[in-house]
Amino acid sequence: MRHRIVLTLITLASLSVASAYAVPVSYTLPEETAAFKPGTNLEVVQNNCTACHSADYVKTQPRGEKFKKDFWQAEVIKMIKVYGAPIDDADVGKIVDYLTANY
Amino acid sequence: MLDRRELMKRAGVAALVTGLGSAKAFALDSVTLPFDNGERPLVKYPQKRPMISLTQRPPQLETPFSIFNEGAITPNNAFFVRYHLADVPYNIDPDKFTLEVKGKVDRPLKLSLKDIRKLKAVEIVAVNQCSGNSRGFSSPRVAGGQLGNGAMGNARWRGVPLKAVLDMAGVQQGAKQVTFNGMDGPVSDKTPDFVKALDIDHASDGEVMLAYGMNGEDLPVLNGFPLRLVVPGYYGTYWVKHLNEITVIDNVFEGFWMKSAYRIPDTPNNSVEPGTAPKATIPINRFTVRSFITNVADGAKVKPGNTMLKGIAFDGGKGIKEVAVSTDGGKTWTPAKLGKDLGKYSFREWKLPVKLAAGAYELKVRATNNAGDVQPMTPLWNPAGYLRNVVETVRVTAA
Repeated sequence: MRHRIVLTLITLASLSVASAYAVPVSYTLPEETAAFKPGTNLEVVQNNCTACHSADYVKTQPRGEKFKKDFWQAEVIKMIKVYGAPIDDADVGKIVDYLTANY
Repeated sequence: MLDRRELMKRAGVAALVTGLGSAKAFALDSVTLPFDNGERPLVKYPQKRPMISLTQRPPQLETPFSIFNEGAITPNNAFFVRYHLADVPYNIDPDKFTLEVKGKVDRPLKLSLKDIRKLKAVEIVAVNQCSGNSRGFSSPRVAGGQLGNGAMGNARWRGVPLKAVLDMAGVQQGAKQVTFNGMDGPVSDKTPDFVKALDIDHASDGEVMLAYGMNGEDLPVLNGFPLRLVVPGYYGTYWVKHLNEITVIDNVFEGFWMKSAYRIPDTPNNSVEPGTAPKATIPINRFTVRSFITNVADGAKVKPGNTMLKGIAFDGGKGIKEVAVSTDGGKTWTPAKLGKDLGKYSFREWKLPVKLAAGAYELKVRATNNAGDVQPMTPLWNPAGYLRNVVETVRVTAA
């Protein structure tokens, strides 16, 4: 795992300026404000999910009967098997329970 | 030596540093997309006007729909943003940027941005649309980015034909596909890097472009600065941003983002019975034909009498033949007047004067392309929520 920590001082609003001077471009994203809801196993979720994506990836998913435990189980397994998320077996159930209870 | 004007420009840049130092006023407001769980913050990013935030990391921004009523060209600062993986290149030195062309070629290349800009430039006006545009309207709902209709945009792209660069490199006999990789990548080495592929004939068609310019300016950072692939008529998944690696291969690329993701049912209209799984799939490819009313929002009130309706239509590159409008829920249709033709890959504006007596109306708009493809009256469905192109309905009251 590696996190890209962006220490930027200059943000160019106009890249026509950048090309005129061939200035290196540094872009600073706004501060991340999306957060997981409070709940049991919140820390497990934060520790396992937020390295790769912000919390709004979860929050914006469809709601309803078809988007409960089976849905979240499939999503967590997809994160492990497809995207290589290093989630311990012991955490899978906790994450699924948290997501099912809160989203 | 800097002259006074240059100094002032640089001072302007310095002033921006201060302006962007405080990132606390992130959410300006919120909008509610018209499906369940559709509340989204409206956010202000550098180089962008207020946009609908789908996700913050990696950033995904949707264009507020009212922008599409401002003209056929979508401004750079309103153009949608879609990333897959969070290691986005936020620090880019255009002087050090290199595009590598390798694989089954006679002369592997390493081109600087200056080298690319020296080649004969071409321009094309083309729509870029996210495969998942409008996914939030899918019924039954499906997992994925829950977008309204704003993950699309139309721009005048400037750059060089991919063919010119492939010819410089000398594609070898037996080449089957070309793969495209950008500077953005995964946070974890175990996550598949975002790499896409096109068949060699498609890559060499002279239309697929390496673009450095967008609407007369450099590409915005979040739209792929300093170089991106433009694949006219094809969904945005192929329009690889921050493009720095092109590889000619003699087989069919089997990377995750081609073989497993971005697949559509291999059926006549690429749909299946809602809620079911397809037997076989193919990579997503060309846009389906779509049209929108842009100057009247769903649920709006209009004055009884004459109203000018206007909007846009586009397709995957056959060009728009006809746009028809219905004010009676689809019983009768009237052809609209098409606007200026900016090319077969562009948004095509349309307008039609209608007379609405006091009452409630279901306005519908339906486009037909030059191949005779027409928008369906009921939505087609597939498990990933791609290709939405149902005839859109706008309910208005004249009162």
